[in-house]
Formats: sequence, C-alpha cells, structure tokens
Amino acid sequence: MSSIQCDIVSAETEIFSGEVAMVFATGVAGELGIAPRHAPLITLLKAGEVRVELQDGTHQNYYVSGGILEVQPYLVSVLADTAVRAEDIDEAAAIQAKEEAERLLKDSDKRQDLAQVQADLAKAVAQIQAISRLKKNLKR
Amino acid sequence: MAVGREIVTKIKSVQSTKKVTSALEMVSASKIKKAKDQMLEARPYAKQMQTIIGHLAHASPEYRHPFMKEREVKRVGYVVISTDRGLCGGLNTNLFKKCVADMKVWQDKGVKVEVVTIGNKAASFFKKVDVNLKASIPSLGDKPELTKLIGVVKVMLEAFSDEKIDRLNLVFNDFINSIVQKPTVQQLLPLEPTKDENIKKNFDYLYEPEAKDVLEFVLGRYVESLVFQGVLENLASEHSARMVAMKSATDNATDLIKELQLIYNKARQAAITQEISEIVGGAAAV
Repeated sequence: MSSIQCDIVSAETEIFSGEVAMVFATGVAGELGIAPRHAPLITLLKAGEVRVELQDGTHQNYYVSGGILEVQPYLVSVLADTAVRAEDIDEAAAIQAKEEAERLLKDSDKRQDLAQVQADLAKAVAQIQAISRLKKNLKR
Repeated sequence: MAVGREIVTKIKSVQSTKKVTSALEMVSASKIKKAKDQMLEARPYAKQMQTIIGHLAHASPEYRHPFMKEREVKRVGYVVISTDRGLCGGLNTNLFKKCVADMKVWQDKGVKVEVVTIGNKAASFFKKVDVNLKASIPSLGDKPELTKLIGVVKVMLEAFSDEKIDRLNLVFNDFINSIVQKPTVQQLLPLEPTKDENIKKNFDYLYEPEAKDVLEFVLGRYVESLVFQGVLENLASEHSARMVAMKSATDNATDLIKELQLIYNKARQAAITQEISEIVGGAAAV
C-alpha cells in the first residue's frame, strides 16, 4: 500500500508526524480527503477535525481551530492554529494591548528624548562592564 | 568571648545571600532546558511557512502584497521583547542600548519611531522614553503562548497595512549558546523576498480560495510566528543570562565568606594572645 508523509505542526509544538494512508480535513471550500499522490494544493482550513488514517487502518483525530493545509504528492503539512481565532477576538486583544500602553503612559510624568536615554544606557553598560572586570581582577 | 561579633553577623548575612543566589542559579539551569526545547519545537512551523510563502511568491508574481513592497520610510515601528524580571546581568540593558541606537539613526533622518513592547522591563523602560508607545503586553510567564501575542502583533500589522508605519523591526536577544546572547534588531516588514533555489518552479498549486487570499493569511501568521520565535529566543537568553549572573554572584559570596572568616580568625587569635600575655604579665607582677 502506498503512503504519504503527514506533518501536523502548530506555532508552539509539533503535533503529529509520520507515514499515513490518508488525511481528511475541512477546508474553507469543503471536506478534503487526501490520498498519496494528490495534486499539489494549498487551502485554508476551517475549525474542525483533521483525521489521519494510519497504514494499519486505525484513525487518529486532531482538532484544529483553523490553519493552512499544504499538499505535495508525497507530503501533507498542516499548519494548525491552536487558539480559536476570529476577527473580533483578535481585535479585542489588540485593543487590550493598546489600553495597557495608555495606562503605562498615564503614570509616567516626564519623558526623556532618545539621545539622553542613549547616554544613560551607555553609562549603565560601562558600569556593568567595569564591575565585572573588577570582580575578575579581585579573584586573581 | 565577644570577639568580632560584627564579623560573625556579616558572614551569616553573606551566607544567606549565597543560598538565595545559588538557588536562583539552579532554578535557571533547569528552566534553560525547557526554554530550549520549546524553541526547537516552534521551528518546523516557521520553516513550513517560509516554504509556502516562497511558493506563493512564485505562484502569483503579478500580485505583490503590501507586506512585500518596499516603500519610502516615514515612520518605523519596533516590537521590543524584554524579560519580565531583573537579576539577569546586562541582558536588558545591552538590548535597549542596541535598540535605542538603531532608533536614533532613524530619528536623525526625521523618521518617527513607534514602539510596542512585550515584557515588563521594556514597558517600564519605554514609558520613560520620548517615543510613541502604541501597545504593550506586560508578562508572558515561563511558558509563553502565541495567543497572548496576537494583540500587539495585530496593532503593528494594521498600522503597516494602513501605511501608518513603513517598516517594522523586531528587537530581541538571540540565543546563541548558554554563555552568548546577542541583542538583535531584525527586519520583519516588508518581508525580504526569499531567494530559495530549492523551490521548484515547474509546478504550481491548486489554490482554495485564491492565491491572494491564501497569501494574505499566511503572511499574517508568518509575522506572528517570527515574533513568537523571538519571544522564545529571548526567554532562553534570559534564563542563561540569569544563570551566569547568579553563578558569579555565588562565587563572589564564597570568596567574601573566605576573606571574612580569615579576618575573624585573626581577630580571635589576637584577642587570645593578648589575654595570655595579660595573665603572664599579671603573674610576673605578683
């Protein structure tokens, strides 16, 4: 029986990797079943199940909440989103991040310009270096 | 006998400091392993993304997504990743120095600088600096999740799409090995075109939906995964920098205790000698 290499990865971890007989997934345009030597294909995935049929006929199910499916004749890769992603949820996260910045800026009274900060930083770095050099000399 | 009580107190306090620093060192040592593993696990995703983008760029050469177009730089955006906690030597200081130097170059050309921060140290640093702080994520903890980054990345991606920024840089500590961490400024947007020779030009994909839509989706996710990778690199750097800093602190404490012990012994001996000579002197006088 012919087989096809299947890799399911998310940004955080590798979920599945191995030789399989067939892969089933839900694309934005409908259900997909991918057998070995499928034509090259790229599609976006809808939230749902990705099912792989192993060579011994057993099935394994993985849930993805979206992502990308890439097919080459001997390789299927699923780039899964682990989190539930939707435009409004993303938007809420963006707004929250902005608010956090506003809150930070509220309790800072005086802001220095870049040149001054650069000078202060150079001083701090020099101090750190001097201290570590001093420590080395003391040990000797 | 009350000789050198101050020295004894001092020795005790240094000893307890040493306990703390060596505990911190061990904690960091164990966390490095986890952080490194997570870093490696995140790599296949970014690599796959890169391959797909490479294919897509070849597939529809007539369509150029805004994320891939160079344009005149009027405003530049930075995503700055820092640690949440201190006690990690000069890690953050070196990073901010590099970052500020880079910003200064742009500012001198009359380009405005916009910043989003990830991590507590960057937030408290950039609120004192006169740049436009657009968004911020306070703390990611020891096991960062991509979900938490979506907000800040989206703010910048939108700004780029709306032409509010013309360039986006990522600032983080690149983990080279346990001793070396390199403060790095990496260009995120516009994406530099991949010149991968391995991409076969003689086949094309079927696209569902259009190549353009797929590209749009993939590019957003790709930038997110790059930022996430940066966060992981920075986390591994943090733990190893802290381990090194704490190790040298522990060594210093050991040296200090040795010296103090020596001083204490001398003082004690001097006191005994003095007492004996007093007794002998007293006996001789009788």
